[in-house]
Amino acid sequence: MQREVTGNKSHIILALRADILRLEGFRTAHGNSEPHVSDPIQQAFPGAVFPSGVTHEFVLSSIENFSTTGAFITTIISSWLNTQGAIVWIGAEQKLLPSALEPFGVPPDRFLFVRVANEKDLLWVTEEALKCPAVGAVVSEVKDMSFTASRRLQLAVEESRTTGFIIRPDRLKLPPTACVSRWRVSQLPSESIDNLPGIGFPIWKVELLRVRNGQPGVWNVQWADQQFNYPQAPDTKDYQPAKAG
Amino acid sequence: MQQRYVSIWFRYLATDWFSLRQPQLKSLPFILRGPDHNRMIVKASNAIAERAGIFKGTVLADARIAVSNLEVMDDRPDIYERLLKRLAEWCIRFTPSAAIDLPDGLLLDASGCTHLWGGDEAYISDISGRLKQRGYDVRISIADTIGAAWAIARYRKGPMCIPPGHGTAALLDLPPQALRIEPDVIDRLRKLGLKKISSFINLPRPSLRRRFGVDFIQQLDKATGQQIERLQPVIPRELYQERLPCLEPIVSATGIGIALDQLLNTLCERLRLEQKGLRKAIFKYYRVDGKVGSIDVGTNRPSRHASHLRKLFDSKLDRIEPDMGIELFVLEAPVVEDAIPEQDVLWNTSSGLNDIRLAELIDKLSSRIGQDSIRRYLPAEHHWPERSVKATLSLEADLVSSWLPGELRPFHMLRTPERIDVSAPIPDYPPMLFVYKGKVHEIRKADGPERIEQEWWQQKGEHRDYYRVEDQEGHRYWLFRLGHYNDKHFQWYLHGFFA
Repeated sequence: MQREVTGNKSHIILALRADILRLEGFRTAHGNSEPHVSDPIQQAFPGAVFPSGVTHEFVLSSIENFSTTGAFITTIISSWLNTQGAIVWIGAEQKLLPSALEPFGVPPDRFLFVRVANEKDLLWVTEEALKCPAVGAVVSEVKDMSFTASRRLQLAVEESRTTGFIIRPDRLKLPPTACVSRWRVSQLPSESIDNLPGIGFPIWKVELLRVRNGQPGVWNVQWADQQFNYPQAPDTKDYQPAKAG
Repeated sequence: MQQRYVSIWFRYLATDWFSLRQPQLKSLPFILRGPDHNRMIVKASNAIAERAGIFKGTVLADARIAVSNLEVMDDRPDIYERLLKRLAEWCIRFTPSAAIDLPDGLLLDASGCTHLWGGDEAYISDISGRLKQRGYDVRISIADTIGAAWAIARYRKGPMCIPPGHGTAALLDLPPQALRIEPDVIDRLRKLGLKKISSFINLPRPSLRRRFGVDFIQQLDKATGQQIERLQPVIPRELYQERLPCLEPIVSATGIGIALDQLLNTLCERLRLEQKGLRKAIFKYYRVDGKVGSIDVGTNRPSRHASHLRKLFDSKLDRIEPDMGIELFVLEAPVVEDAIPEQDVLWNTSSGLNDIRLAELIDKLSSRIGQDSIRRYLPAEHHWPERSVKATLSLEADLVSSWLPGELRPFHMLRTPERIDVSAPIPDYPPMLFVYKGKVHEIRKADGPERIEQEWWQQKGEHRDYYRVEDQEGHRYWLFRLGHYNDKHFQWYLHGFFA
């Protein structure tokens, strides 16, 4: 590639960085390439846009976190992925209550639920669903995933531009994967509305443990009125981002 | 053109059908029995039994006394319509429009057909000869109207071929039953001494209508040709089938693949021209040693996409055992539906659930993990949480009712609620703490109770009082108490996790 050499080299470096990102499979959501300057989490990604057409990995540290992680993924699909396609949710059993999906911005009838007990079949179903261009996003609850399996999934999405979300249980030592990012989402006590009794809007602690070409971080996020709020800056003093694998 | 109709009356349709399957019944007095008002009566009897005086409607016990060696079998009233339909389809060799005439006849529109057989006589004798060869005792007549042909086949003694224009004259000697009228009208006619059609056909019509009703006049008009009667012809089922005979027996997987490709291409081309798509396809193979095997696939939506169907078959192709070789391949589509092609070029802008590629993905997945594993959920109008959604397979099924506001329902709901131990202060207050899986959760915030009653028309049981609670770590749970607090048997359960 020929480039005009001008006095300012930082321009060239920026352009080259953009090229590398494109070659690495980073593309912005369809028709949604405007950087979300206002959104702190998106700032962590290259180009300040949540990458679609890649696979993301979410780790669960307790049974309570499944609902939080699932809800966070649903909000990502509704607010950051500009997709009209069906959403395929794959798991060993039906944990989700479909009617609870709606407050997170996606009509539940757009979801297709696939129940597969066999782990090998589950990965095959995930790969086939990711290969289908008519699918907007795939959420898959796996028990374990080897590096090879994650590589296969990443290759599948590069063709079809579908976005994949892999939910897996947390372990002390997680193997490296080919996913673009690794997240952990957990619950925080809700904030009362105007000091009224009862439970307020849900607040989540979103940890971006690892992200390719981006900046890991941790945020407190509140989901209210169909959008993210950032109630207070979390305590990041003792936060150690995981090593990029 | 002169209208000509043929009526075929199977005199012993039911017993002939049984005799065809058990030839020894032909030479025995044989009846079919069925229940009628808490007793067994004769539903049909063959010619030998009729000669002994046993007719339809005789009580079975009387029949057994009259004939000692009577053969009795259970009647199967469900088969006759199908049998007649098959016979009507067979009759399409004589005329393009054949209709069934329940309970025991066929009607053919023979207008313009008989000259091919050399006249009306030859035409009906050919039909009756062939049907008799098949084992059915028939009486066949030909006349200008459906009504006249029907009457003559059943009641006339004499020639069955009525020349054009003589239909009404041939009816005159027949009894009124020949007009296909209600039994009570027949009774009334008999009481008045009107035992033949000739005795009332010329009476003033207003008085006939007043005494016997409009239906009677209509049937009379249909028989004489003053009112036109139409047939409901059977439409033979078109077989979607392609055959591929092989010169040399095929033993290799490549060969089987090529055969399947060829058959799929021809079948899909035909479906494309007819704007149809298949829902089920069967690939059959006939081996040299006479064995026949088959593999089949089903699709979620009508499809005529050869390469997609090929992929569905791919996973099952290894089940074919060619052994000594395969000499004939047959591809059948037993279930075919209309499929109007979508203008995918123009309208491909938003791809929701109506995307054909999504349907193909579902087909592919269900061929490996089974169709029951793939579900979509629609709201069901039930408050009981386990019944609040209903599963569907169809991608087209639309919302009939709207989703309930979901804030009050947990994102992750347990399939069966799990028992927990709880400390609750006083009735109707949320619990202070609960123990779940050995861990104590102190409750800091709570909402509720939300009482959900059993749907008594579905099942019986206690109501549930649901509470949404948040513990010291911010985890949010859905708990409920089954039954009233002051009952002895109330129990607390955990039913879900909120986001």
